[in-house]
Amino acid sequence: MTTLLIQGGRVVDPSQDLDGKNDILIEDGAIAKIDGKIASKAKGMQVIDANGLVVTPGLIDMHVHLREPGQEYKETVRTGTMAASAGGFTAVACMANTVPVNDSRSITEHILLEARRAGFARVYPIGAVTKGLEGQELTEMGELVRAGAVAVSDDGKPVMNAEVMRRALMYARHFGIPVIQHAEDLNLSAKGVMHEGEWSTRLGLAGIPGSAEDVMVARDLLLTEDTGGKYHVAHLSTARSLDLVRWGRSRGLNVTCEVTPHHLLLTDEEVARMKFNTCCKMKPPLRSEKDRDHLVQGLADGSIDCIASDHAPHHPDEKAVEFNAAPFGILGLETTLSLCLDRLVHPGILTLSRLVELLSTGPARILNLPVGTLKVGSPADLSLFHLDDEITILASQFRSKSRNTPFDGWTLKGRPVTTIVGGREVVLP
Amino acid sequence: MTPETITRWTRKDLLGIAELSPAEINLVLDTAESFSEIADRPIKKVPTLRGKTVLNLFFEASTRTRSSFEIAEKRLSADNINFSSSGSALEKGETLIDTALNLQAMAPDLVVIRHGAPGVPQMLAARIDAGVINAGDGAHEHPTQALLDAFTIRRHKKKIAGLRVAIIGDIEHSRVVRSNIHLLQKLGASVVVGGPRTLMPAEMEKMGVDVAYTLQDAVRDADVVMMLRVQLERQGRMAFPSVREYFQLFGLTTARLKGAKDDVIVMHPGPMNRGVEIASEVADGPISVILEQVAHGVSVRMAILYLLSGVSSEEA
Amino acid sequence: MAKNLTPKNTILDAKQMARIIRRMAGEIVERNKTADELLLVGIRTRGVPLAEKLATEIERMEGHKIPVGMLDITLYRDDLSTIAAQPLVKATHLPRSIDGCVVVLCDDVLYTGRTVRAALDELVDFGRPRAVRLAVLVDRGHRELPIQADFVGKTVPTSQDEVIEVTFEATDGTEHVRILERKPKQ
Repeated sequence: MTTLLIQGGRVVDPSQDLDGKNDILIEDGAIAKIDGKIASKAKGMQVIDANGLVVTPGLIDMHVHLREPGQEYKETVRTGTMAASAGGFTAVACMANTVPVNDSRSITEHILLEARRAGFARVYPIGAVTKGLEGQELTEMGELVRAGAVAVSDDGKPVMNAEVMRRALMYARHFGIPVIQHAEDLNLSAKGVMHEGEWSTRLGLAGIPGSAEDVMVARDLLLTEDTGGKYHVAHLSTARSLDLVRWGRSRGLNVTCEVTPHHLLLTDEEVARMKFNTCCKMKPPLRSEKDRDHLVQGLADGSIDCIASDHAPHHPDEKAVEFNAAPFGILGLETTLSLCLDRLVHPGILTLSRLVELLSTGPARILNLPVGTLKVGSPADLSLFHLDDEITILASQFRSKSRNTPFDGWTLKGRPVTTIVGGREVVLP
Repeated sequence: MTPETITRWTRKDLLGIAELSPAEINLVLDTAESFSEIADRPIKKVPTLRGKTVLNLFFEASTRTRSSFEIAEKRLSADNINFSSSGSALEKGETLIDTALNLQAMAPDLVVIRHGAPGVPQMLAARIDAGVINAGDGAHEHPTQALLDAFTIRRHKKKIAGLRVAIIGDIEHSRVVRSNIHLLQKLGASVVVGGPRTLMPAEMEKMGVDVAYTLQDAVRDADVVMMLRVQLERQGRMAFPSVREYFQLFGLTTARLKGAKDDVIVMHPGPMNRGVEIASEVADGPISVILEQVAHGVSVRMAILYLLSGVSSEEA
Repeated sequence: MAKNLTPKNTILDAKQMARIIRRMAGEIVERNKTADELLLVGIRTRGVPLAEKLATEIERMEGHKIPVGMLDITLYRDDLSTIAAQPLVKATHLPRSIDGCVVVLCDDVLYTGRTVRAALDELVDFGRPRAVRLAVLVDRGHRELPIQADFVGKTVPTSQDEVIEVTFEATDGTEHVRILERKPKQ
């Protein structure tokens, strides 16, 4: 039997209403005991001194692009999971817009194999809703789930056709999985490259109106009501979308939503402030201050279920072009935890426990994962981090293959220390 | 002249009006006054930029602005070289960064650039030692146009502070309007933008301007009426159902200028669409200063080239 | 006055200046058989009041007005690429064509001769004068080019760390010619 003792850490586990100094005993990859003081006498027991650290159920980023297969020059399963671990995450859910698209069991299995081989973090693949992401024919969701998929999404693209979306919501019910929607009406967003508002007007850039998202969330909620399906809004970015989600919830719909750190911290003005830096370009775009503020309120009051980074690596050459031409997307795995600790927990907007809910308990619940908790018997996935230590974000030292982050150079209070997956401490090369 | 004046230009580049101070704007305008006299000389040339190389990098087709810059450069005795996007490495997929590095290796003294994407002059300016002059970046800014517009207004109205300037047309896609708004506001004028709702950008009033959706509202009490070129079809979408409708609602005719001030002047950055945004009777009439704008464009661009040529990259 | 320049002594006061200018005006008239095609052109900045005063004196003597122009030589300077930033350019204005005229260039101080060289280059771009003459209030020596004045108010030998300060009512509110000394660096 392999044993691991985590000693002296501040254990925060919202699933058990726990927040206090505790020792954790792990046996054979599962949580065996949590107690104020556990003796470390047994032979062969590995001990991790967690004094001064926060210990939580392993953090889960449920919206990540690992780019493998097909775009390994941007990121691979290996480098992506390394980045996850470096950022304090023990698990990621990866999107299907790879090349070829993950709409078959063989791609799903490939991803899982690579993740196991690398061994840095668990990977939960998200399969496509439609074949080839074309928005027409539904995938064999059953096959995908049997292969290991935990949800379906055409993320990168919306499911534009309402009839197809309705059918997807109905069909997914057979497998108990959520349909995750990248909510964007492509006719409204058209050639837009940033949020449509004062700043797109000042900069002369084509705008993506907030209604491109709102319109689709409204439509999908009505379809969710009709079908009784499970609906999750990816990277929710507008105040109105959040209000719509609240409305849906009030009608008893099974709706959940996620928000990215960059939508909680930055606004459209950043494009001007960073002088057209393409690290401010992503979809959905950075929105207005009003939207941002509304989202932050929604975190605290429980309307938002989780924080997910939408980690979207792009090669530096691809991003080193004019704003109009650059691909959409920024990194997130190696900045999320520190940003949340520095900008949400330290200023008192969120309690530490609520943050852990948003980064672990919540995603586990949405995707129905056996992790996200330290209840006895659960798989021993844990994240250890320092609440007060300062860190300066250095993109040049990221484990990710890519560098596209607007947070380069930010000094933040709170940094990841180590992760434990299945009872084994992850050591990065 | 406003009380605030400076005698030195210290910026390496001219990328936009938004970052300029009123004093810097006035320096350009005052310098341009001196240069406008050269056009009346028998030999329209001064040796000031002799031996200097200016690259004209036009990624977007342009006859008017480019030839204006070329004349300005030649009158200053500079050597100029023109790159247009067709047939060059740019079309072959060379990235902007590579273009910038290649330019840097050729060590020009000044680069004049026009591009369809906002932010490109900034990208270039950060990577090369030569001064960069923005000749228009997408719908973002067109600083030399705003400066020559201000020069023209000043010639006629003696000052800019306190004037009411109406800018009418496709506001959404116009770099001329954005640069003009910055400049006119910095010099104390008030601006009203007018045009169809389908061509008015979001939250336009946050730029500090009045917004009008009829021609009548826009020209009321205006000292200056500036008409913008309208391109009705863009990427398969018609912002307006027809040219006839547009002219009906927003075309400038003498009759429709009635609400403006008696001594109103009419301007247009060109090229004009006669019968679309402006009727010939106005364009060719006594209150139009459109052709003067073109002449002043050369003087203003000479002034800019002169001022920027004096800034070394160490100082900037 | 620029920093670290201290007045050393006054060479000419207003009255002496007026007398000298009267004498120069006489010389100009004497040298020219006819005053018809005479054109006085002041080199900005302080060549201009000099030219205007000479014109006034000549008019008093001869009874008719002599045209006066002003030349800004900034764009013709030979040192534009080496100095800190572009100097302010002011207007050049010539009241008539210079073809066939006798142009008398006027400047307050003749020193290295480079300003006059620039003025000559600029004049030539305006036409072909019959002759160009040079009138200066003060010649302080230290020529770097083969240039000489035809009409000199006063020759003042100076050293390199001295500065000649000429002021006119029209440009400075006072009228005098002084030598200033550059203070040694502390």
